[in-house]
Formats: sequence, C-alpha cells, structure tokens
Amino acid sequence: MIDFINLYLVPGLTIGSVYALGAVGISMIFGILRFAHFAHGDLMTIGGYGVLTAVWFIPVHPLLLLPFGIALAIVSALAVDQFFYKPLRKLPTIYTVIASFGVALIFRSLAQLFWSSGNQVFISGVRMPVVLFDTFRISELHMQVIILTLIIAIALHFFLTRSKLGRAMRAVSDEPELAAVAGLDTERVIRWTWVIGASMAATAGVFAGMDTSMHPNLGWNLLLAMFAAAVLGGIGKPMGAIAGGLIIGIAEETATFTWLSDEPLISPSYKSAVAFFIMVALLLFRPQGLFKGRLL
Amino acid sequence: MSALLSVKGLVAGYGGVPIIEGINLDVQDHEISVIIGPNGAGKSTLLKTIFALTARSEGGIDFAGKDITGLKTAELVPLGISMVPQSRNVFPTLTVDENLDVGTYAAPPKDKEAVRESVLALFPDLRDKLGQPAGELSGGQRQMVAMGRALMSEPKLLLLDEPTAGLSPAYLEIIFDLLLDIRKRGVTILMVEQNAKQALRIADNGHVLVSGKNFISGAGEALLNDDAVRRSFLGGAAA
Amino acid sequence: MEMTGLLFYLVSVLIAGGIYAVLCLALNVQWGMGGLFNAGIAGFFAVGAYASAIVTTAVSSKHLGGFGLPIPVGLLAAMIVAGVTGWVVAKICVRLKSDYLAMASVGIAEILRLVIVNESWLTNGSLGIAGVPRPFGDLVHGREADLLYLAVVWFCVLSVYILCQRLYLSPWGRTLRAIRDNEDSARAAGKDVDWFRLQTFVIGCAIMGLAGGLSAHYFKFLSPSATEPLLVTFLVWVMLMAGGSGNNRGAIVGALVIWFIWSATEIFTSRLPPEWVTRSSYIRMLLVGLLLQFVLQKFRSGLLPEKSPKIRSD
Ligand SMILES: Nc1ncnc2c1ncn2[C@@H]1O[C@H](COP(=O)(O)OP(=O)(O)OP(=O)(O)O)[C@@H](O)[C@H]1O
Ligand SMILES: [Mg+2]
Repeated sequence: MIDFINLYLVPGLTIGSVYALGAVGISMIFGILRFAHFAHGDLMTIGGYGVLTAVWFIPVHPLLLLPFGIALAIVSALAVDQFFYKPLRKLPTIYTVIASFGVALIFRSLAQLFWSSGNQVFISGVRMPVVLFDTFRISELHMQVIILTLIIAIALHFFLTRSKLGRAMRAVSDEPELAAVAGLDTERVIRWTWVIGASMAATAGVFAGMDTSMHPNLGWNLLLAMFAAAVLGGIGKPMGAIAGGLIIGIAEETATFTWLSDEPLISPSYKSAVAFFIMVALLLFRPQGLFKGRLL
Repeated sequence: MSALLSVKGLVAGYGGVPIIEGINLDVQDHEISVIIGPNGAGKSTLLKTIFALTARSEGGIDFAGKDITGLKTAELVPLGISMVPQSRNVFPTLTVDENLDVGTYAAPPKDKEAVRESVLALFPDLRDKLGQPAGELSGGQRQMVAMGRALMSEPKLLLLDEPTAGLSPAYLEIIFDLLLDIRKRGVTILMVEQNAKQALRIADNGHVLVSGKNFISGAGEALLNDDAVRRSFLGGAAA
Repeated sequence: MEMTGLLFYLVSVLIAGGIYAVLCLALNVQWGMGGLFNAGIAGFFAVGAYASAIVTTAVSSKHLGGFGLPIPVGLLAAMIVAGVTGWVVAKICVRLKSDYLAMASVGIAEILRLVIVNESWLTNGSLGIAGVPRPFGDLVHGREADLLYLAVVWFCVLSVYILCQRLYLSPWGRTLRAIRDNEDSARAAGKDVDWFRLQTFVIGCAIMGLAGGLSAHYFKFLSPSATEPLLVTFLVWVMLMAGGSGNNRGAIVGALVIWFIWSATEIFTSRLPPEWVTRSSYIRMLLVGLLLQFVLQKFRSGLLPEKSPKIRSD
C-alpha cells in the first residue's frame, strides 16, 4: 500500500498536474476560439526552454525563474495568434487546426535550432526524497509540483468566477455571438486566453522538464494526454480540465501497478496508450466529458 | 419632436446579398414600436443591422441626435442601446447573477448595485434563482434573464427580437406586461414580434416589413384596424 | 556529379515523390473531398508498410511472417489493414466536430508506433524487418531495378489517380462535396452524412496503407526509426495545400513540387560543414512550417485549384 502511494499515486499526481496545467489552456482555447490547439504541447516546450536558459545565467532554483519561461511562452503564443491564427478566424476553424499543426512544427524546430536536440537537465545531481511519517517518500520536486498546481487551480477558480475578465471569458466560451451582442471585446478576451493558457503551459513544461529532462519533443509527447484530459473535463471547462489531467495522470501510473497478479496490469511501455483509450471511451460514450462540457 | 432612433434608406444583407432594401424607420422616445412581418422578411436582419451586427451597405442611422452609422456594437452599448437576440440569448453555464453582471461590462453603470436592484425589482422571479446556471431555467425565465442582462447597461433604447417566441400564453401576458413596465421607466423599445395582434395592442407604433421593404407604418391601433394588414398578417378577423 | 549518378538520384527522388503523390491523393480524398482532418497519416502509412512486409517476407525467427506471398497480395493486405484501422478511428469520431478526428488520428498513430516498437514477435521491434522483396527482384538487379520500381510506383500513382478521379466525379463524390460544403443542407436532404464520411476516411486510409507498402518494398528494410512521423504527415499536408485541395491533379503536382524543393534543399545543405548539417535540417522544417502558414493564408486554392463550382445547397 505504501509502495502504491510512493511509487504510483504520487508520480501519477505529478504527471497529472502537468497534464492539468496543459489541458487548462487547451480547454479554454477550444472553448473560446473553438479549435483544438495542436501546438500547445510545443508551447510548453518553449516555456521550459525559457526557464532552462534563464538557469544558465542566473543560478537559482528553476522554479524561481518561472516568470522567464512564462514570458517567453506568452510572447510566442500572442505572436502566433496574431500572425498565423487571427488571419484565419473567418474561415472554418479546421483551417486554424491545420495552422496550429504547422505551428507545432515551427516551435519544435526553433527549439531544436536554439537549444540542441538532445536532453538537457535543469539541475544535475541526485536529489534525496523527503520522508514523511517514516513511510511516505516524496521527492521535493513532486511535492512542489503538486502544491503549486493546487494553488494555481484555486486561483484559477476565483479568477473565472469572481473577476470581470474571467466571467467575460466564460461568457465568450458559452455564446460568442451573445457576447458580441453584449458588447464584450472578444479580441481582448482572446488575448487573455492566450496569456493564461501560455502561462500554465510554460509552468507545466518546466515541471515536466524538471521531472525528467528538457528535450524538443517534450511537449508534443504530452499532447495526447492533455487532449484526453480536456475532453474528460468537458471542453470549455477549465476546472474540469484540471480534474481531467489529474485523473489521466493517476490512471496512467496506476495502470502499471500490479493490481491483479504480480504482473503490471498494463506493460509500462504502453503507458501513453492509457490516455488514448480513455479518450476513445469518452468520445464513444460521453463526448461532453465528466462535467457536462460543451460538445463542439 | 425628433425621433430617438431614425433609420434612413438602410440596405444590408449577408455575403453581398441584400436582405433589407431601403428601410426607413423612426422610433420616438418613450414609445414601444413593433415590427411585424412574415418569416424571412428580414426583421431580425433589420435589428441586427441597427446594432451593427450585420454588414450595412447603404443608408444611415441616427440615435439621440447623433449619427451612429458605422459604429461598432461595443460602441453602441455605452451610447445607450442594447439588444436581446431571437435565440440563444442567455449564457447557459453562467449563473443568473453572472449573466446580469456581464450586461454591465461594455458600459459600466455608476452604481452597479442600484441598477441590479432595479432590474431585479422588474423580475422578482429571478431573485431566488440568482445562483443557478441560466441554462437550467424555463424558457420564460430565460427570457427574463436575457432582458435583465440587456437592461443592466441602462439603455435608452432596447431592441428585442421576438421576446415571446416559444413561450406559453401565460408567459406571453407576463412579458407584455413587463414591456409596459420597462417603458414606464423611460426605456424606448423597438421589438420584432410574431404575436402581431397582442403586440400591436400594447404598441404605440407598428411597422410591417415584407421581403426586405417597409410595407406600411402607423400607430399600433391603426394598423390593427387596417384592412390590408389584417387580411395579410393578422389572420383575417377584425381585432 | 556524373550524369548517371544524377539520373539515378533523380530516379530515387521520383520514386519517393510518387509515394508521396499516393499519400497526397489519399489525403485529398479525406480532406479535399470529404473535409476530414487526418493528423495521423504517418501511422496509416506505417501500418501499411508493416502489413505488406510481414505478408511478403520469407520465414524469419525474428518476427511474424514467413508467408512469402506475392507482392500484390502484400499491397492488398496493406490497404486492408490500414483501412480497417481507419474504420475504427472514423467510427468513433465521424459524428463529432472534425477536431476530434484530428486528435484521435494523432492518437492512433501514436498507438501504432507503440505497437511497432514494442511487439517484437510481430515486427522485430526497433531492429526492424529485413529482406522485404522488391517486385521482379529476381529479374533485375542493381540500379536498373530502381528504374523498374519507378515504373511500378508510378503505375500505382496512375491507378490511384484514376480511382480518385472516378470517385470525385461519381454521384458519391458529388454528395461528399455537398456534405463538405454544407453539412446541414446535405443532412436535411436526407443524406447519411456520417456514413459518407466513414467511407471517405476508410478509402483514404487504405490508400495511405498502399503508399506504406510501396515504400517497404522500395527500401527492402523497415524499422520504426526510419521516418519521423510528424514530418511525413506534415509534408503531405503541405503538399496537398500547395497543390490544391479538392483537385487530384493538384495533389500529384503538389507532392512533386514540394518533394523536389525538399530534396533540392537537402542536396544543398548536405554540402555544408557537418555541424551545420543537422542545424539546416531544423531550418528546413521551420521553413516548411512557415510555408504552410503562407499557403493557408494567401494561397489556399493551391497551384491547381478545384475546378468544379461549389455545390449549391438545394
Ligand atoms: N447569418 C445569415 N447568413 C445568411 N443569410 C441569412 C443569415 N441570417 C438570415 N439570413 C437570411 O436572411 C433572410 C431574412 O432573415 P431574418 O432572420 O432577418 O428574417 P426574419 O424576418 O427575422 O424571420 P423570422 O420570422 O423567421 O425570424 C432569410 O432569407 C434568411 O435565410
Ligand atoms: Mg427573426
């Protein structure tokens, strides 16, 4: 049981936090701009490299340098929206999906160009896990990731329900035409959607990169799980996306636990298939997700 | 007395195809004006064009003595116009209170709390639904939320597109009574209505729109008794 | 470069260009005619390649196989396996907004990659399958064999082109385009939109499987690391967009033009100093990414725009 918590549940919550933060952006963009953003994983990668570069110059803890990664991701997202997505807004949204697919490649080749295609670590050296109550062994990073994600989730909840901007975002996501009738500035809402989505993506990218290592495919490899999380939480429901991300993360890790016999339930090499099968099951039986998101 | 809203030679449509072709219309201050006409005549298009939601190709619009031709919707709201569209007129996952709140964003009132109180005074039914998502309400209550949202920007002119569509006869009465209350508060109303007879009865003025053109305009009572109008649009029998 | 060297380089470019043309025609069925977004082209391509290789290779202890069947049977198997895979994906997603199909197709491509890498009994894992036969492999050897294979590939391109052209002009194709241009009115006219989309997706995937088979028999060796999946998928999209979606000839022209540009830049960059060679490949990817954005914004109808007028909603 302790092994289950230490080796499966906590890592599951950690990777789940990464998915959660990534899926928030995907869900909000899907809700407000109405397209599946295929470059979101690579936006995470860009954010991760932003912090990695900052670490080279300022030798402090990477999490303290998060603002650099966030800034880089925000600038990238706003630029891409301005130059590549906005010109296509009047067309069927599938064109924007195609454009975002191309942007994924652009982000990735930029990462390869500027930061080499190999693995790079934020901090070298082995770190000892923190031991709680003599039995729970949690790495410091996992604890930081889970706690920070929790704080972000709470802040997001209050932002969406209490602030004017948050309500306007939900309104545009709900009924874009009515939002225009009410005189809301849709372009401003869109800009803020990118700002928030990119900030969380960068944070998630740094978490993921610190947990393993930074490499140009980091974000793309997480994309499928984040899509699954966004669908699970219900499109246009950022809080649902957080729950969805955590569920997918835990499901992936615990699926490799020795549930029924001494063998893992699912071979660890198929871990990343778990998200896909959850998504398939959802699309078949409950495409609106757990929390009654919109079905686009 | 000069009109609050004055539309001259308005031409508009979708993708270059004109739907309304040269509409002239005056709406007097503190009055209820009703637009009736057959399906597809362009009634919604007319309202949307006034509110800058549909591309106008010709003609001009004056509002409160100011030329508002070419202004954007977001600029019209602060000037004192708001609109309730024909369908999908609430934000379904936002609570009733949040729906009302969104109504203030484009033109923040000086005293939001007071405006909210006065709107809730009009629709007391909404008071105990404030925390409920608007999408869960009945059709009539949703219409109230929609009208409430539009009133939160303290408009001088309220554009309503078929406020009674799909409502039960009981609710129809309630909504029409509410319209009279709203007018009493000094809000001018320009509305499209399918229930022509009842609407003309409460209206000060009526306009009949047929295939994109102004067919006839006049006082509500006069139209109600006009032979041609009665035969074509009110189902024969005299009112 | 000496003349014959250049000639055979050209032959290899044309063979690969032909395989891309088949992929591009397949995508044109799905996107150009049906408006369906497939982001997992590389997955269907790979599954076709493995299917054909497994069916046609001689006995091996390393992977499933030993059927040693004729190559046309292998290609048929490639089409069937890829088509069935496509059917599963489409079955799940056709009734939803096309974005979901895009996500699911990326997903299935990933699953297929996992299966290929992990199921050694089937595919020999990362070591790959060797000894995939070439058609007429016993008759011709050396460079002449490439010339012959060029003919085989372009025979397939021509056959697929004729098939696609027939499909495009048939009542079936017309209905499909009506659905693409105005789904609601097609639905109102009583068309079974989902069924049409399902068929479209399956046909496209089967053709992608064929392209995979063709590439397996060309390279005679197959391994999971041979291609960068995202790049293949992406190149095909750029090709179709640049060539003219909805136009079968445009699909072929787009495939050739983009492939020539891609290969030409490769010649150029391969002469750079080694430390620049890897870098330049990233620059090339970057430029293709930008090219797609340009085509999407300014050149949407492509080199050979779709000719038929948009279908009216009545
Ligand atoms: N967004 C749009 N794009 C293209 N054509 C439209 C659009 N909206 C309406 N139309 C067309 O414009 C014409 C007038 O529509 P409009 O909605 O103004 O009519 P209406 O008088 O309000 O009818 P109803 O009583 O049904 O509400 C119709 O023929 C309709 O098909
Ligand atoms: Mg209407």
